[in-house]
Amino acid sequence: MNLTALSEIELQFKLERLLAEYVQCIDDDRLEQWPEFFVDRCVYKILALENAARGMPVAAIFCDSKNMLVDRVVSLRKANIYERHQYRHIVSSTIISGVTTRSAKMRSNYAVYRTRGQGVTELYSAGIYEDRVVVVDDCLLLEEKIVIYDTDRIDTLLVTPL
Amino acid sequence: MTISENISTPDDVWPTSASGFCVPYEVFTDKAYYDREQEAIFRGDAWSFVGLEAELPNSGDYKSTFIGETPVLVTRDNDGNINVMQNRCAHRGALVCRERRGNTRRLQCVYHQWAYDLKGQLRGVPFRAGIAGKGGMPEGFDLTEHGLNRLRSASINGLIFATFSRAVVSLEEFLGPMIIASIQRIFNRPIEILGDQRQYIHGNWKLYAENTRDPYHASLLHLFHTTFGLYRSSQTGECLMDGAHRHSMLYAKASSSNTALEREVFKDVRSYDENFKLADSSVLQGRPDFDDGITLVIMALFPNLVIQQIANTLAVRQSVTDGADGFELVWTHFGYLDDDEEMRNIRIKQSNLIGPAGYVSMEDGEAVEIVQKAVRRDRGAGSYIAMGGGVAEDADHLVTESAIIGFWQHYKSMLGIAP
Ligand code: FES
Ligand SMILES: [Fe+2]
Repeated sequence: MNLTALSEIELQFKLERLLAEYVQCIDDDRLEQWPEFFVDRCVYKILALENAARGMPVAAIFCDSKNMLVDRVVSLRKANIYERHQYRHIVSSTIISGVTTRSAKMRSNYAVYRTRGQGVTELYSAGIYEDRVVVVDDCLLLEEKIVIYDTDRIDTLLVTPL
Repeated sequence: MTISENISTPDDVWPTSASGFCVPYEVFTDKAYYDREQEAIFRGDAWSFVGLEAELPNSGDYKSTFIGETPVLVTRDNDGNINVMQNRCAHRGALVCRERRGNTRRLQCVYHQWAYDLKGQLRGVPFRAGIAGKGGMPEGFDLTEHGLNRLRSASINGLIFATFSRAVVSLEEFLGPMIIASIQRIFNRPIEILGDQRQYIHGNWKLYAENTRDPYHASLLHLFHTTFGLYRSSQTGECLMDGAHRHSMLYAKASSSNTALEREVFKDVRSYDENFKLADSSVLQGRPDFDDGITLVIMALFPNLVIQQIANTLAVRQSVTDGADGFELVWTHFGYLDDDEEMRNIRIKQSNLIGPAGYVSMEDGEAVEIVQKAVRRDRGAGSYIAMGGGVAEDADHLVTESAIIGFWQHYKSMLGIAP
């Protein structure tokens, strides 16, 4: 796949579909598959806007390998204690930039609604995704995903990835 | 029935137990307790943490924060000194500053643009002399009498504390020598702020005060801790208090782990899985920060601060109360200014351990909330706290709840409740 050879519409479609598959994977609780959206040497960060705006590095979650993503999932399945909850991601307004033959960047808005045990749904987190996508074996994979959340006062805890 | 009869007043006689210590659950739910705490503790004879000097490196830097639920401002003035004052305009009470932080020459209230200097002194009042001879402030109006309400403030090794009280003992006396030494151990050289994390917990702030004085839960609730030996109740450690039992200091040494003993101790414990391995263990790789072998420190300072060292993560956690059934927890992570790049990266990566998404800390918010949910209609019933003997004594081990009892005894004395 040569990204520069695609039409704008084709590229937009492919990248938005990647985003849709990514969020459906999380919302369906297929978290064991979630690391498969990334290359081995990836960066995944969930960063408060407050810190991003000041150039400060501390993230709620910071992984610099696919194996660290795997560990997050194993830990939330086997180690961490938390109340059962359900996410629904809404992703929109994706803007693509920096397209090369094998990579592209995109920036999207996201909102995550969380439903807790009592059946109440609330807006849990809103912010942006800053993604860097690369072509590997004709597939689109995430090389970098930075989640910058406006909702910088996290409600109770953050365990399921965004 | 008059309205006043509907307002409950704190019960000044707490339930007792022959073998342990009881805390009546209404302390976590009653507005009457909450209001009394705001006056007697947060607005009373205690020093509250308001920030780190490293957050305000330059003249003109300010941050807004809270003591209990009272908004306050911390500034660094043109002389380089730290000032703490109430964030409430002397005119008609508006918030003077609505941003979390920034740099400014003047603090100006947006409502009628009264302007204060960085020490809180009133410097300007628009239309003070009226317009075209009409209006204006009365003759006796004196700028110097209408500044922001200044608090007493004091710093120790870059930690800023403030109090509304004119009567409370000095900060040094309030903290006591053991806590001061522990602060000096961590804040032994200039720090670099690495970022903040905020979380809102739907429970009473004192449930977190208990949680952070509780070495008992840490092995049992936080499997990640136990599995990777960051903390185990079987490790060498102590649970110490200051003379007044307000504060506590728990520490542990990871190198003291003993596999045979731990297999035996944790054999029936849900949260111990020797087979849980990390695919990428870099998150646990660090370098010793201190040469005393201590790898975990949780210092809980009355009323609103925790200072922590967990592996190479260093942070302060400030509690901001929000009614009887909620509080915000603000984590400020730091390293040392002289950290090399590798060390700085270790701290950034190990931040995965702490905060609202932290491998070893995410459960604490949940623990607070499950208590709050269970006790909301249980006036009269109380907890039973007895691990380690049921008395507030220093312990040379980690199988104790003694510092929780110390906290409550001090709390009762501050609220004027019979011991
Ligand atoms: S309330 Fe601040 S200037 Fe009027
Ligand atoms: Fe804990």
